[in-house]
Amino acid sequence: MRSPLLRKFRILFASVVFIGFFIVFADFKSIIPVKYLNILLYLQFVPSALKYFDLKSMVSVGFIVVILLTLLSGRTYCSFLCPLGIGQDLFSRIGGRIRRKFRRYGFKKTHTVIRYTLLAATLIVTMIWGLYLLTLLDPYSIFGRFMTYFGKPAVIEINNFIAGILHKFDVYSLDHITITGFKLLAYSVPAAFFLLIGSLSLAKGRLYCNMICPVGTLLGLFSKVSVLRIKFDESKCTRCGRCSLGCKSSCIDFLQPNVDVSRCVDCFNCIDICPEKALSYGFVKIKRKSEAPKPADTDKRKFIAGTILLLLGLPQLLRAQDKKAPVPKKASTVRENKTSPVCPPGAGSISDFNKECTACSLCITICPNKVLQPAWVEYGIAGMMQPVMNYHKGFCAYNCTKCTDICPTYALRPLALEAKKLTQLGKVNFIKDNCIVKTEKTACGACSEACPTKAVYMIPYEGNLLIPETNTEICIGCGHCEFACPVTPYKAIYVDGNPVHLAAKKPVNVQSDKPAPSEFPF
Amino acid sequence: MKRRDFLKTSAGAGLAAGAAFSLGGYGKLWSSTNPLPKYDMIALMGGEPEAMFDLGIQELGGMGAFVQKGQKVLIKPNIGWDVTPELAANTNPMLIKRIIEHCFKAGAKEVYVFDHTCDNWVNCYKTSGIEKAAKSAGAKVVPGNSESYYHEIEIPGGVKLKSAKVHELLLETDVFINVPILKDHDSTRMTCSLKNMMGVVWDRQYWHANNLNQCIADYALFEKKPALNVVDCYNVMVKHGPQGVSKEDLVQMKSQIIASDWVAADAAAAKMLGVPTERIEYISIAHKMGLGNMKLDTLNIKRIKM
Repeated sequence: MRSPLLRKFRILFASVVFIGFFIVFADFKSIIPVKYLNILLYLQFVPSALKYFDLKSMVSVGFIVVILLTLLSGRTYCSFLCPLGIGQDLFSRIGGRIRRKFRRYGFKKTHTVIRYTLLAATLIVTMIWGLYLLTLLDPYSIFGRFMTYFGKPAVIEINNFIAGILHKFDVYSLDHITITGFKLLAYSVPAAFFLLIGSLSLAKGRLYCNMICPVGTLLGLFSKVSVLRIKFDESKCTRCGRCSLGCKSSCIDFLQPNVDVSRCVDCFNCIDICPEKALSYGFVKIKRKSEAPKPADTDKRKFIAGTILLLLGLPQLLRAQDKKAPVPKKASTVRENKTSPVCPPGAGSISDFNKECTACSLCITICPNKVLQPAWVEYGIAGMMQPVMNYHKGFCAYNCTKCTDICPTYALRPLALEAKKLTQLGKVNFIKDNCIVKTEKTACGACSEACPTKAVYMIPYEGNLLIPETNTEICIGCGHCEFACPVTPYKAIYVDGNPVHLAAKKPVNVQSDKPAPSEFPF
Repeated sequence: MKRRDFLKTSAGAGLAAGAAFSLGGYGKLWSSTNPLPKYDMIALMGGEPEAMFDLGIQELGGMGAFVQKGQKVLIKPNIGWDVTPELAANTNPMLIKRIIEHCFKAGAKEVYVFDHTCDNWVNCYKTSGIEKAAKSAGAKVVPGNSESYYHEIEIPGGVKLKSAKVHELLLETDVFINVPILKDHDSTRMTCSLKNMMGVVWDRQYWHANNLNQCIADYALFEKKPALNVVDCYNVMVKHGPQGVSKEDLVQMKSQIIASDWVAADAAAAKMLGVPTERIEYISIAHKMGLGNMKLDTLNIKRIKM
């Protein structure tokens, strides 16, 4: 086929996928039901593969579909389904607009050593030690982090701007949303990758996909034997080289003429560009040709300088939005003794969770209460950027199972609401010496008020005062008490994580024996 | 007069008129034009929330005695928790709906409903049924989840609470109707009219940290007071308040208290709940500060059994 519709179809399809993913991650109003999100996530290669190896069931065979698709049609996944790849195409297009006169891709030799070393390293590290490298390099997770750390806050800023205008006209259909931001260091990795991938795609097209991305390299191997591919009609080709200059993957050697299928992402731009209609997409018999080496590319320094600059600047801007902590009357004195971080519901245990999460951050962005925050070293190096419960930022809503419903890798397993309400993520600890009731001799009860199971309740104290008391058996570790406690810098009540989640007892409640008044008592 | 001068002056006059018009809303803030009602309090028992309100407001001379034509009304229910109406942690949505209808019938230009919730606000608004009920009656349901909606006000004479950030609607509307639900509360022992005001301010934690009972009473000093307090005592949470665990926490009292004086309303509510008034410290503090009358025997109370 050499129809120009091929390219148009690719652009249309990719736009739909990209917009879909964009909305999924930027959906700050939680408009989209979870079941629709799962359709998009189903075909994401790494999450689907992880889920498959975890579940060992045919429920999650999205990645096998992708491999079959690659064997049939080449690396169409990279152009049609990968949100990071489509995002790079968008950047390349912008780059082309900026440097219209100067940018020429041209044929480049492959970075064979780097590609395969990274792929092998990722596979080996993942199989032997854990997800470290996969977390860093999985394109879907990288995209997820971009959206969570930068994309969604930007969308919320726009929302707030429009809400501000509407608000002046007494319209409250959009509400102002406070951007809380994450821990400063949590921005470092996504920011570095954003600069790396952003600048590579602006200037060099799909270089990231063909040099670093392990999924790209792996699919490249499969596409070497793919059935459908770009082919030359040598009788028509005039060796003008336009296809090569316009190739984002720098994989067309027009002198041979030959297309390096392991790098070709089937964007179909060359078919459109070729004035002689010598290029087409169709069935091809595999033939071997030697590759002509060409001079390697240069120029990467600017990016590094920019990376460092942005690393320092951007998080500062985001941090500035952080809500002010309430002013304490007296600083509390007793330090909280947290022996373990709290991992999200559905995780089962910290060790299981760390082995299965690629830090795509979808749960972080989808959490309505902002309690899921990217970890820095709470879980150790293995768990960097994975979600951790932060009860100073929020609390886990009693009636919510969003993160467990959405997790594409199955690191958070689906929990029925009733099961979630009895899953103990951690246990409550009360520090009487920090408590307002003891230190100030005034009423407070913010923790008990917040507790959904009454694992925190009030007992008589001096005079008319009541003071908190805890019952760890029915505590589910939701952290609402810790969030509500007004004492700073150390809270008077906190949740210490269970490294392995436990089952909480169901709260027992007996009917009140107070009689309903039959006459007015006044 | 030259044409140019005419244009100038008329433009000036137009501007001035426009400015006066837009400021008008604020001007009305401090002037209360309510005629003196016959009763200090209406207490009702034995009916459905809507029917009790219909009868109660009629005894007070109808909603027209509180809401003038063209005024903007703010209704502040308790929507603090992400629970369904049967669990009675939030004000009854049907009662809210009926009050809104009365406001519009009295000629209100706009009726707003909001609360600064404890649980996630979107879920609270939805699960409580209040968003749907209020919208169906034509009210605007407004978010209270972001600090940007709150404006700093002074509380002259406040002992512990000398200033607070309150929701802009409290400042921009002409009439304020407080619609709490009576519940047990685990540190102040009762939450009702006065304590419902913790949902119009941004920084509640300050109250908790700085003598909660005194802060609740101090807030009542703020000039913008409710024209009416409508206390929902239909299903009353008598333990495990203010959030509750299950239906076992409730007692069906099928009652309602309507009063302009929120200290009196709270004193009557305390009797309903069966808690000695002196144990609910903010009531006596507010009484001593002259913010209302907790001595129910000195009030003219109309008691209605349906």
